[in-house]
Amino acid sequence: MRPFEYVEPANLTEACRLIADYGDRAKLIAGGQSLLPILKQRLIAPSYLISIKNLHELDYIRENGSDIEIGALTTHHSIETSPLIKEKFPMLADMEGSLGSIQIRNWGTIGGNLCHADPATDPGPALVALNARVKAASVRGKREIPMESFFVSYLETALQQDEILTAISIPYPPAHTGSSYVKESVRFGERAIASVAVSITMNGKKSKEARIVLGATGNTPVRAAAAEKIYNIGRNSGTEEAAGAAAEEAEPRSDMEGTREYKKQIIRVITEKALSQAAMRAQSPRKGVAF
Amino acid sequence: MRQRLELTVNGERREAYVEPWWTLQEVLRREFALYGVKSGCETGHCGSCTVLIDGKAIKSCLVLALQTRGRNITTIEGLASKDALHPIQQSFLDHFAFQCGFCTPGMILTAKALLDENPKPSEEDVKRALSGNLCRCTGYVKIVEAVMAAGGKRNDTREST
Repeated sequence: MRPFEYVEPANLTEACRLIADYGDRAKLIAGGQSLLPILKQRLIAPSYLISIKNLHELDYIRENGSDIEIGALTTHHSIETSPLIKEKFPMLADMEGSLGSIQIRNWGTIGGNLCHADPATDPGPALVALNARVKAASVRGKREIPMESFFVSYLETALQQDEILTAISIPYPPAHTGSSYVKESVRFGERAIASVAVSITMNGKKSKEARIVLGATGNTPVRAAAAEKIYNIGRNSGTEEAAGAAAEEAEPRSDMEGTREYKKQIIRVITEKALSQAAMRAQSPRKGVAF
Repeated sequence: MRQRLELTVNGERREAYVEPWWTLQEVLRREFALYGVKSGCETGHCGSCTVLIDGKAIKSCLVLALQTRGRNITTIEGLASKDALHPIQQSFLDHFAFQCGFCTPGMILTAKALLDENPKPSEEDVKRALSGNLCRCTGYVKIVEAVMAAGGKRNDTREST
């Protein structure tokens, strides 16, 4: 790593002031599980590192009206094991449980992961499928950004230079909603070769609204619009047809993990699996549980 | 400029003056001579630098030392008591769960964190927990057996009393 100065603000207000003052000479660091590797490779060399890892005011999971709010500095392992998340959003708990190794999940934070905006990591597609919003703060004030417009491009988010992501807000879905996250990777916990997050709201046996979001196939998580449309028609063969459409419209790139054609096959298989699991959860008779 | 870092290592209060870009791994090895903290890939893949921070397994090569101010660190050197190995260490010996031994400190510390949280893990639980620790000699069968047995042993004792 190239030398830098290390500053540790005592609270969020101070953190906002520091990042506003230092501008693009500074980088924020939370758990650093994505940042330290690129610092070590000298892909970036900030003059200042502002550590917010120990700002405990941003480490929480709580119900907030009709939302669940997760503080940006909540670790992946806290989300994975939270009784509230397991009860209300089992898909999120599954997703977090498959992210990296336990060591990474113990120190890495949900906010840091999202701000890194690597399209192959897991929380992005899952939170787009769940229609989440992120909350950001700066010296100029606070604002909310829909998850769907948060990812701008590869490693690039909608946050301004002086903004800090403070929380993720996930709305409780309507009744008969089920969701699922499925990823394919070389080893358990590794980066996705392809992944898909699905959230389905059912009306009897028919789908009212399906959100199908593909990960690791483009520069950002992408909604599979054609697949959603086909699924929402509600034909008996809808699951297979939608999975086929998702594979068709996806634009994965060939790389060391597989060819474009191979990845399209993977997308078809995991989309079918995720749609089936989400539909099953949506029809689950358990009352008051928003899968 | 170096900053003062105060933390607890293996039960002892320690302090060092560290550069901001030093990782916890570098400080534990260089400043405190704890060479059981191995230096493998240094990119967070191999798990050989695993230590416990407040009881949780962490890859010390991916943690800035200054972020651990006031925390409680356990390395492999902190496990054995004066006259006996820690039960997980003993179990690794009993099961021949290593060859070159380079991955062993990380494996044992990850296993300790798992067994503290889940004293009777399934084989699947053990494999998942150890998925961030690479062994390039033996494969993983003996290691998984050693961890399962160490977990079982604790339970057997509890059941027989």
